[in-house]
Amino acid sequence: MTPQEIHDGLKARFGDAILDFKADAVTEPWIRIAPDRMKEVGLFLRDTPELQFDYLMCLSGIDNNDGTLGTVYHLYSLVKKHRLVLKATVTKDNPQTQSVESVWKAANWHERESFDLLGIIYTDHPDLRRILCPYDWEGHPLRKDYKLPEFYNGMKVPY
Amino acid sequence: MIETAARGTTVTASPTTSSGRALRTEEMVLNMGPQHPSTHGVLRLELVVDGEIIVDVIPHIGYLHRCFEKHAEHMTNYQQVIPYCDRMDYVASMSMDFGYALAVEKLLGIRVPERVEYIRIIMAEFQRIASHLIALGTYGLDVGAFTPFLFCFRDRERILDLFEMTCGARLLYNYMWVGGLSHDLPPGFVEKAQDFCQYFKPKIKELNDLLSYNEIFIKRTANVGVLPADVAINFGCSGPMLRGSGVNWDLRRNEPYAVYDRFDFEVQVGRGEVGTVGDCWDRYIVRVREMEQSLRIIEQAIAQLPEGDVHSAIPKRIRPPVGEVYFRTETPRGELGYYIVSDGSTTPYRVKARSPAFCNLSVIAEISRGAMIADMVAIAGSIDIVLGEVDR
Amino acid sequence: MDQLLQKLISSDVLVYLIIAVIPLLWVIPYALFAVWLERKVSAHMQDRLGPMRVGGWHGWAQTIADIIKLLQKEDIVPTAADKRLFTLAPFVVFMGSYAAFAAIPFSSAYIGSGVNIGLFYIIAVSSLVVIGLLMAGWASNNKWSLFGAMRSAAQIVSYEIPTALALLAVVMIAGSLDLQEMNRQQSGWFWNWYIFHKFPFVFLAFVIYFVASLAEVNRTPFDIPEAESELVAGYHTEYSGMKFALFFLAEYANMFAVSAIASSLFLGGWNSPFGDFLSGPLWGVFWFLSKGMFFIFIQMWLRWTLPRLRVDQLMYVSWKVLTPWAFVCVVGVGLWVLLG
Repeated sequence: MTPQEIHDGLKARFGDAILDFKADAVTEPWIRIAPDRMKEVGLFLRDTPELQFDYLMCLSGIDNNDGTLGTVYHLYSLVKKHRLVLKATVTKDNPQTQSVESVWKAANWHERESFDLLGIIYTDHPDLRRILCPYDWEGHPLRKDYKLPEFYNGMKVPY
Repeated sequence: MIETAARGTTVTASPTTSSGRALRTEEMVLNMGPQHPSTHGVLRLELVVDGEIIVDVIPHIGYLHRCFEKHAEHMTNYQQVIPYCDRMDYVASMSMDFGYALAVEKLLGIRVPERVEYIRIIMAEFQRIASHLIALGTYGLDVGAFTPFLFCFRDRERILDLFEMTCGARLLYNYMWVGGLSHDLPPGFVEKAQDFCQYFKPKIKELNDLLSYNEIFIKRTANVGVLPADVAINFGCSGPMLRGSGVNWDLRRNEPYAVYDRFDFEVQVGRGEVGTVGDCWDRYIVRVREMEQSLRIIEQAIAQLPEGDVHSAIPKRIRPPVGEVYFRTETPRGELGYYIVSDGSTTPYRVKARSPAFCNLSVIAEISRGAMIADMVAIAGSIDIVLGEVDR
Repeated sequence: MDQLLQKLISSDVLVYLIIAVIPLLWVIPYALFAVWLERKVSAHMQDRLGPMRVGGWHGWAQTIADIIKLLQKEDIVPTAADKRLFTLAPFVVFMGSYAAFAAIPFSSAYIGSGVNIGLFYIIAVSSLVVIGLLMAGWASNNKWSLFGAMRSAAQIVSYEIPTALALLAVVMIAGSLDLQEMNRQQSGWFWNWYIFHKFPFVFLAFVIYFVASLAEVNRTPFDIPEAESELVAGYHTEYSGMKFALFFLAEYANMFAVSAIASSLFLGGWNSPFGDFLSGPLWGVFWFLSKGMFFIFIQMWLRWTLPRLRVDQLMYVSWKVLTPWAFVCVVGVGLWVLLG
């Protein structure tokens, strides 16, 4: 199925949770979803027989440099052989996105990484803690306005 | 560091009360710590064990996090990111470069000369053999067989000689640039490559005789760490982990990139020959057989190698249009994906590397429950992680 | 031998002290040689060269250099370790291995102690090694060492049984527990050796004994207690310097002790394979040592070829494979001796 058809199907089903659809994006079209409805959209995408998006290729966080953070989902279907890109945008003041860990277990560690490096909080995640940085690190390094701290546990950081 | 709480049940049966209740023992938390001969790098596996049986595994990663993604955002151009890509999976650097170069070329919309495509595939397949040799050799070492390790490294040396001939480096090549290659093949490379292919075929047989079908090795790895296919797909596993579980999925065949669709090779899938489908032995034998298939691809590529200039398509200034791309390739460990976002300038805005070992490692807790500590080593070895890639 | 010494030296205590030290004169140079040999054998099997420089010809002095290095290392005892047990453990392990040499005849003229329960004594005293290992694992205050010690204790104790049963088969043929007596009975040409008696039972007993003895000395494929890739170094992880050297010495001494028992009981000990040709008290020493070294070489060969068994598979092999077959040997030989 083409992304246009998938978008139409999603719009019919979820209505206002589907916020945007950029069909002419470089290099492939994407659909913007409301961040607090990710799980039901994910379940629908995974379980519908025509879609069967059973493989989460990648889940990345991104800092859009305009006060918002985003999560980008790249989905694939091993059975149907089609791909889809979803985006969920949140503000820095309230960076809460619903977790899709219960839909695709691959998201478990990817969401932890996104939380660790960008500070996006995934609600309903069973174990949201830092994964790459030390557990008591302060700050979210991949944000565009991140400043390296002077000291960490008494050690000078830029040494 | 904030540690996870140690688990333990504290009640032991009192000797004065006789009850039909079984003696409850305390579970021990054992650290297969960051420094350990078998964790293939700085990986900390917190094992909650009951005697020798593992109740839970909690992996802690991040010891080798070198902020690849942050560095990439501060490079002055897209080509400068390539040495950083090398250093993610230092055991299979060619494959990391390959993925990134292809991703940026897709974003730019440029095509590279045929010669470049063929040489890239030859290098990637040699790299696949070299990486699998490390995986198999160290796996034997984990299980206690010391000799195959040396044999595999001896053969890997010959591949590294080929790489050194071409680009001067043995481990971190910076070879595949966006739009071309850093060096063309030197004279004599083709003959040496063909010599290697002839030399290596009996060596695979030697490895099979020594290790793969050894009774003790089979006892250590068959029926251990069984990964069912649906669990593998849900966790995002790829590469030999996914194929070992019986799923016939190889990006070189199912989503061909470069010129892989011109070559004839078989995708190796685990069939549960000596145990259950998806056990450690299946993943191991998939890697051994993939080496044979890589030799086939190399021979075909060398036979079809066209002439051309490898530098002709390298752009002077890489300024991709505003947009993003997600491109994935098949590295020896699995599916490597690069998600590159461009804001129209010469500096990348966001480069996310989705490494195969990161996703493969996340499944370790699922497949190790109920195994013994000695099996833990076998399972961790069969996942074939390289911490540089897991942590980036 | 002891009569000869008693003529020369009046004090009995001194005589027996000298007799006790004589195997040490073999064990220490042998250990130096065996470590070098292991490195060379493993190197050539792995398509490389091994020590080549120290001392000139193929690095023969490498172990001597290593011993000097170990001697001058700092003696580290972990803070939370049990100091007395920690220090005592290597000595107990060495003592268990070395005490077995008392009843092993090096030649027709020399046996440390001619007690008539020789074999029984050897098996009993080599079990002391287990106590030393448990002490080492516990006193190190290290969970991994404890694991190694536990596994090792279980392994050694389990494999004592097929060992003892296999040797029992030979004892029934010999009619005596004294190794010197057994060696005398095997004199003549090599077909008098016990391994060819009552075929195939004693041959099977030999195979069982050899495999079980690999487990007794913690060699691959049974080296799970010191499995490098899992437990770093098992029960001797925390040891460094001279204590570690003592563990190493004890391991090689143990290897030789079990090889010596195998050659004494099955391959004729100090007897020459050619009957009276090349035999005599001094030739006896040569034959005995060569047969021992032959088994050492096979142990090394196996170590670098095979992977290691997991601990439950190890137990399975001992209890469900070796012990039943050892019973078969004992019953077979027993019936044959009774009826024949």
